[in-house]
Amino acid sequence: MADDKLDAVIVGGGLAGLAAAYCLADAGRQVLLLERGDEPGSKNVTGGRIYLAPIRPLLPGLFDDAPFERHVVKEALTMVDGRNTTTLSYVQDRWRHAPYMSYTVLRLRFDQWFSARAMEKGAFVVPRRRADDLLWEDGKVAGVRAGGEEIPAHAVIAADGALSFMAEKAHLRQPLVPSRHAVAVKEVYGLDSGAIEERFGLDPGEGAAHLFMGSITKGRFGGGFLYTNKDSLSVGLVLGMDALMQGSEQFDVPSLMEEFESLPEIARYIKGAELKEYSAHIITEAGVGGLSRLFTDGMVVAGDAAGFALNMGVTVRGMEFAVASGVIAARVIDEALKKNDFSAQFLSLYEKRLRESFVIKDMETFRHTADVLSNPRLFTVYPACISSLLDAVFTVGEGPRKGLYRSAMDAAKKHAGPWSAFKDFLSLRKI
Amino acid sequence: MKVEEKLTRNAIRNAKESHIRLDQTICRTCVERPCVRLCPGRLYSQSPETGEMVVEYAGCLECGTCKIACVRKSVSWEYPEGGFGVQYRYG
Repeated sequence: MADDKLDAVIVGGGLAGLAAAYCLADAGRQVLLLERGDEPGSKNVTGGRIYLAPIRPLLPGLFDDAPFERHVVKEALTMVDGRNTTTLSYVQDRWRHAPYMSYTVLRLRFDQWFSARAMEKGAFVVPRRRADDLLWEDGKVAGVRAGGEEIPAHAVIAADGALSFMAEKAHLRQPLVPSRHAVAVKEVYGLDSGAIEERFGLDPGEGAAHLFMGSITKGRFGGGFLYTNKDSLSVGLVLGMDALMQGSEQFDVPSLMEEFESLPEIARYIKGAELKEYSAHIITEAGVGGLSRLFTDGMVVAGDAAGFALNMGVTVRGMEFAVASGVIAARVIDEALKKNDFSAQFLSLYEKRLRESFVIKDMETFRHTADVLSNPRLFTVYPACISSLLDAVFTVGEGPRKGLYRSAMDAAKKHAGPWSAFKDFLSLRKI
Repeated sequence: MKVEEKLTRNAIRNAKESHIRLDQTICRTCVERPCVRLCPGRLYSQSPETGEMVVEYAGCLECGTCKIACVRKSVSWEYPEGGFGVQYRYG
């Protein structure tokens, strides 16, 4: 093209931005990615695990040699009632065989690798460069401003994360409010791989994903997680912001995290392990109702910046949405470059493609999950009820015991009225 | 382990100036102070000398919690300049 504009500039070296850079460079486009951290991954935090099945077909073969941590073969869910815990553990033999369904992941290692693949294809990845503002031309986005420099481009991809300043500046993002967000806190503990496999009952290379719910969040929306990496463990809490800010009891986030890591069910896994890093980030919990507008003249929004994240309780997804939206954004912008049309009307194709893909389809399917999961009984009444029931089943004390049926009814009556329990059961049909 | 100790494990390159600014006229009227409880780094406190709210930006995890939790909009928060702030080595 006979002008001084880049084909595309991408803001943010996370999975959405890197996937877009990889694809545009692969299509022979001149693409520049700005990353404000020391390198892609330096500012990124995940829980985390990534589900590969949805994104493998989008980038065939690419992930075969990616530096994932462990493939997950074991899922566990622990309901916490004070210091009492009920754990359900599930191992699916299919997950032990390639192609693996999901992997645990650490972002610096993974994003560095992804960035190197994009650069091999010809993308320019510029670290330590923050995008400060958008460039406008006749009311249309025409590039970005970074460190006093103007970078004109035919198209901008805003992939600058859940706080997306670029989407805000283009008036695409919804206001950031506590009711739509949770705060996630994570610790990484170094532990050698042999100890990890022994403590979690895993074969070499295998991983476990362990989620926690109940009184760890003091009856509020949220939960805990514990993931096995190659030679470290990721331990963390997700806490709904609205729930934390309301109510008469005052809890603070660092103390809740301290309490969580001292829970025997966590402490025994991290015993003797060294804390390597303490990180945090906000995550969007609003689901499909919280999405930003996805395009405007000269710009599209991808990944967390657009609100592509889905908390379904036992499965939490975001990274595969980021990769998929980055790939789809790149394909649409490649077509826009062919037609030399960067109008909002043409770029609406991006939203159309996303609606046809698993990204928005899954978010639509699980539209009501956030409402169902915000029911405080899930975090108080039910874990306590299950704990009382199992206490009655397993404890042998002095004197004659009650029948099991009677014990179950007593536990249910003590903790949950039959009517509220029935309503909660019905609400599960929505998810 | 206390959060102050946890923060020492992070790699951070501090900019000279804070990327977080507070509007003390708003802070003075705020009774809930969600920033104090919600900041995962426990970086917000009230100065015992001046009574003003202070934030230790040097430990900032760049999570964005205060930006959202401060519903009175006292917190103006932007990303530190390129290459500054927390540099996660695991993430």
